[in-house]
Amino acid sequence: MNVLIYLIPVALFLGGIGLAAFLWSLKSGQYEDLEGAANRILIDDENDEIS
Amino acid sequence: MGEIALKNPTNLAAGRSYDLGGDCCSSGAMVLNEATSPAADFDDFVSADPTAFVESDQDGNAILHTLVENMHCANCIKTIEQTLKSNPAVLDARVNFSTRRLFLRWLPDGVDVGELVKPIIALGYPLTPYNPAMIISAAAEENARLLRALAVAGFAAANVMLLSVSVWAGLFSEDMGPATRDFLHWISAMVALPAVAYAGQPFFKSAVAALRAGRLNMDVPISLAVVLAAGMSLAETVQGGEYVYFDASVTLLFFLLIGRYLDNAARSKARSAAERLLLLKAVAATIIQKDGSLKTVPVEAVTPGTHVKIMVGDRLPVDGVIVQGRSDLDVSLITGESLPSVVSAGDNVFAGTLNLSAPLEIEATKTGDNTLLGDIVRLMEAAEQGRAKYVRLADRIAGFYAPAVHILAAGTFIGWWILAGSWQNALMQAVAVLIITCPCALGLAVPVVQVVASGRLLMKGILVKAADGLERLAEVDTIVFDKTGTLTEGRLDLVNRDEITSAHLDLAARIARNSRHPLARAVARAGKGAAEYLEVEECPGEGLKAQLNGKVIRLGNRNFCHVSDDAASGKAPGPELWLKIENEDAIQFRFRDRLRPGAHAAIENLKALGFKIDLLSGDRKAVVAELAEALGIENWYAQKKPEDKVAHLKSLEAKGHKVLMVGDGLNDAPALASAHVSLSPASAADISQTAADFVFQGRNLSAVAETIHVARASKRLIFQNFSLAFLYNAIAIPLAVAGLVTPLIAAVAMSASSLVVCLNSLRLRMERRGATR
Repeated sequence: MNVLIYLIPVALFLGGIGLAAFLWSLKSGQYEDLEGAANRILIDDENDEIS
Repeated sequence: MGEIALKNPTNLAAGRSYDLGGDCCSSGAMVLNEATSPAADFDDFVSADPTAFVESDQDGNAILHTLVENMHCANCIKTIEQTLKSNPAVLDARVNFSTRRLFLRWLPDGVDVGELVKPIIALGYPLTPYNPAMIISAAAEENARLLRALAVAGFAAANVMLLSVSVWAGLFSEDMGPATRDFLHWISAMVALPAVAYAGQPFFKSAVAALRAGRLNMDVPISLAVVLAAGMSLAETVQGGEYVYFDASVTLLFFLLIGRYLDNAARSKARSAAERLLLLKAVAATIIQKDGSLKTVPVEAVTPGTHVKIMVGDRLPVDGVIVQGRSDLDVSLITGESLPSVVSAGDNVFAGTLNLSAPLEIEATKTGDNTLLGDIVRLMEAAEQGRAKYVRLADRIAGFYAPAVHILAAGTFIGWWILAGSWQNALMQAVAVLIITCPCALGLAVPVVQVVASGRLLMKGILVKAADGLERLAEVDTIVFDKTGTLTEGRLDLVNRDEITSAHLDLAARIARNSRHPLARAVARAGKGAAEYLEVEECPGEGLKAQLNGKVIRLGNRNFCHVSDDAASGKAPGPELWLKIENEDAIQFRFRDRLRPGAHAAIENLKALGFKIDLLSGDRKAVVAELAEALGIENWYAQKKPEDKVAHLKSLEAKGHKVLMVGDGLNDAPALASAHVSLSPASAADISQTAADFVFQGRNLSAVAETIHVARASKRLIFQNFSLAFLYNAIAIPLAVAGLVTPLIAAVAMSASSLVVCLNSLRLRMERRGATR
């Protein structure tokens, strides 16, 4: 069962990365304009040309 | 591929065209056609002068915050941002689509902000600048805090559950050593304890606040259960015990935070709608300085005695006396009358009225809170305080649920202590009772239904503004309607189209296009009239005069067109206009405020549902009587002032009725605030929309019945949810009191009851699908 000594911290660490990523996205204002974000994916970039 | 027809010909001349690249905005254009909101009707909308609202940031760049009307889709975002960015001075232009706001940053050197935003306004996106300091960001902060707590609780719940499952499996197969179990317990403790300390704060704070005030709310048992569960589990871990409840305490927090977050999100959405309406009022005033020059300042900076210039199409920012000028004022906001009144030097005028035909100079007499508008707002606030007494369903249930739970837990503790003799064991059973009775499903029962109901109403164009509005609406038995703008469209339309030749109508429309007078606008709407330029002179209070092919053409009232009184006798009374071409016979145009589409059906429908219906109007007796007759409303009351309306509602309330008030005018605002629950159309005065609990878009009155239907359906669902939660408690509590609950049972029971409640709430959505089929 010694493998738990490594595996549990690894699991917690990975979970922690997810949590940190979420908190970062919250802080950087990614949830402030949800409707806008949904619509912006439809906008083509200026230099985006299909040849 | 749609290309928008530009309102402003100068842009066409500049060779600019804006390709919308899709069909999306054609639906947007349709919405525009249907919309009756003054803000959406972009002929009516006047963008305020943004100069007074320009600020500068720390780098010396100019910044401006504005609200944007008429945004519908991705192309609108693109068009606005790219048009602005095509100006080399602009550093940053960012639209927030959710809140309909635009942030603009540019190099201030030699750039006039008016010129900068002009192309956007010309494209049909009216801008209203605002002061960002006026927005209270507390709600948004609270939302972010709950979301962070939710994230932490979710992380802890998932990881602790992972460890707990191993422990339960170990207990089941009986081959996990005590050392491994303790090790897993310790790790659980290390994850769960900080998470509880952080994510539990919203509940702890609320519980402490309630206890300080000498009350009990749902948060008291929640906090007690979470803290005791975590504390007792820690004690068990230290002693190497078998049963720990770390998973229960964090999953509990996780579920409850979901409910709390949904509740708060719904509320802050409602609040931002209200804020937005308040912001729309904050326009600039143009004051005339001592040396005669003009200056644009925010309304708050205007003091009594200041001379204010009112251009055509401006709303009066303050109460005052006219110094110079003669014009028509649209007073519909104040009195609910659809025809404008003629004012000239020496007349008193009121803030919130709209100047229609000629520039005015007024001397401010009262400003800010002292204006008539301010008085009405105060009347409204006083009325609102009465309603603040309403206690939400969930809180009412908490009122008896919380003490019951505490008594039960205390009873369990005492019982086990006496019967089994060990106080540690007794405490353990008492905590198990607290955990199992923790109102997890109760916490989700109301918010989830509310979110689903709001979503369903939003699809029909009905905005839920008050968080407890649905609960209150479900109790209603009496509906009071306002007349102008509510049962009618509040807009005059030509009624004798058949009597007028097309040539005459088009000529009249061509002239009428130059005026903002409601009658002229009605003519302009009815006729086609090419948009060619025509020299038109507007005589305020009288009419319009134009020259065409050497002939003088007049469009205006009876005297203006030299019509003798007998020529008009025998025709139906009501608002009228006359068209006179040189010496030909004058032609009469008659108008009427039309009923909203579906008004008749809506009233019939509501009557059939058993509601008592009243009509309450500020208009003249004859007009109200005619309308009441047409709609079959027996109880009608005319010439009611705002305070009379409130008194009427009070008397209904005293008789035990729960009243729904439907109204739109500024004069209705106090009544809207004092009614048990209220609804107003999106075309209503800003202040009325702020006062109302629901706002519906579009012209059709069937929204009233729809809203009531959804409110009743959601009340039913909330009761079902409560019943399900109680059913779960009825099964689980005896087990807990008997000491048969293990952490595994607690976890399963809690999650299952929460899931059942959520799924039950989603049925409200399914019903919609069924109904549209």
